[in-house]
Amino acid sequence: MTPLLEVTDLWIAYDRIAAVRGVSFHVGAGEIVTLIGANGSGKSTILRAVSGLVPVSRGRISFAGEDLVKLPSYLRSQGGIAHVPEGRGIFGNLTVQENLRLAAYARRDNEIYSDLKGVYHLFPRLGERRLQWGNTLSGGEQQMLAVGRALMSRARLLLLDEPSMGLAPMLVREIFRVIKRINEQGATILLVEQNAHLALEVAHRAYILETGEVALSGPSAELRHNPQVWEAYLGGT
Amino acid sequence: MLQLLAQNVLNALQLGSVYALIALGYTMVYGILTMINFAHGDIFMVGCYLSLAAAAFLLGWQANLPLPLVFTAALLFSMVLTALLGVTIERLAYRPLRQAPRVSAVITALGVGLFLENFTLAILGPEPRQFPSLIAMTPWEVAGLTVTPLQILIVLLAGALMVLLDLLVRRTLLGMAMRAISYNRPIVPLMGVPVDRVISITFAIGSAIAAAGGLLYGLAYPVLDPYMGIRIGWWAFIAAVVGGIGNIRGAMLGGYLLGIVEVFTPVFLPSSTYRDFVAFSLLLLLLVFKPTGLLGRPVFERV
Repeated sequence: MTPLLEVTDLWIAYDRIAAVRGVSFHVGAGEIVTLIGANGSGKSTILRAVSGLVPVSRGRISFAGEDLVKLPSYLRSQGGIAHVPEGRGIFGNLTVQENLRLAAYARRDNEIYSDLKGVYHLFPRLGERRLQWGNTLSGGEQQMLAVGRALMSRARLLLLDEPSMGLAPMLVREIFRVIKRINEQGATILLVEQNAHLALEVAHRAYILETGEVALSGPSAELRHNPQVWEAYLGGT
Repeated sequence: MLQLLAQNVLNALQLGSVYALIALGYTMVYGILTMINFAHGDIFMVGCYLSLAAAAFLLGWQANLPLPLVFTAALLFSMVLTALLGVTIERLAYRPLRQAPRVSAVITALGVGLFLENFTLAILGPEPRQFPSLIAMTPWEVAGLTVTPLQILIVLLAGALMVLLDLLVRRTLLGMAMRAISYNRPIVPLMGVPVDRVISITFAIGSAIAAAGGLLYGLAYPVLDPYMGIRIGWWAFIAAVVGGIGNIRGAMLGGYLLGIVEVFTPVFLPSSTYRDFVAFSLLLLLLVFKPTGLLGRPVFERV
């Protein structure tokens, strides 16, 4: 079976400096795969290339057998890729409900309203605040809203960029519980995290990135219990 | 005295309606692209000529069409064609500069404005044109005030367009997309929104509204020349800034305020030639004390 997302020999350059250098990986349908690594290892950049926010210098990105590289970003989103960007990207001048509705922009079916209910069921906080402006939400609520938007688009593949960033430990647990639940309901997830402990706990497989290259990859359980991994790539402990 | 005041307020409302309609185009484009479309006053001028062309053509027919029909046809004709003009300008002149420094787009807009003026001048010549009268000007006396059917039409039609636009931006999916683009354009495609298409639609709407303003202006002040868009464009731009550029209701408020400034200048000062002085002074004072305009809030709540 071909993987849902397959990235082959991906190169990305910013101002002629290669930030990602020949990275290859794949994500199978139903998997949670994580890219971990230090700051500047290129993991966020890879997500941005998959969703089309940055142009690719070389390489292939194929999604469900279709080559994405030439496809504009909005069509990738319509095709089933939801990217929850770093900083969450909540529209502060839209209400919570409008943020969610906008994420279903291209949908023409009549289940949008029931999906909205579903998101409020998953995150009751959002339901309570559905008429508030996006910029009045706390960091945790914004993260919930960002994940909620991804659900509203009915994406097959979720790209999550640092969902734990800036959140209190309790909220982080909550968010990761939801991520697991979404995955169990059928969504495939590509997760970028600085918090390697958490990422390896939730993911099935992991790729460790170092200065724009894949240094190591394998099942999370193996990597998690390999002390050399922690010492060499993830800064101890 | 009270009657004079009421009469002037009425006149200000008429003129302010036109300014408000044009100011909306400035504020919408700024809201979505943070760019001042300095060609917008000239787009208004083209809209004005297009409705003149349609009206003259229909009146020239021997069919003796009823005037309200001619008015409606001229309105729709000029709104549609001017919308196309706005979209074409955005596509050809502004979109290629989307990633360029903002000043490049502003200079381009000034150039587009000059092009429209001189293109109109080249094909129509410098002589002012007379706008045919389509709406009855016979005044009604209401409580000692002189009101013309045209005045009422202008105020009501402009008001209706503004209410529709406000609803569009606040209540529809397209409006949500516009507001999202104004807040954080780079990530809007992640929601599946075709950003370029939404920007095109924004230009189309802004230009069509300016064309409606053009027809109404032509009916109220029936002498057109290719440079008429400059002064009116500046006034509408001031209106947009006074109201808080990027803010739709602000543009409406600013338009009416500028109408008041223009109509009341000759009441308090010796001559209406002081009107530009008063308008720009108002702008300068406001920029000193409230740089974001009357209704503008920094960064969020745009469009």
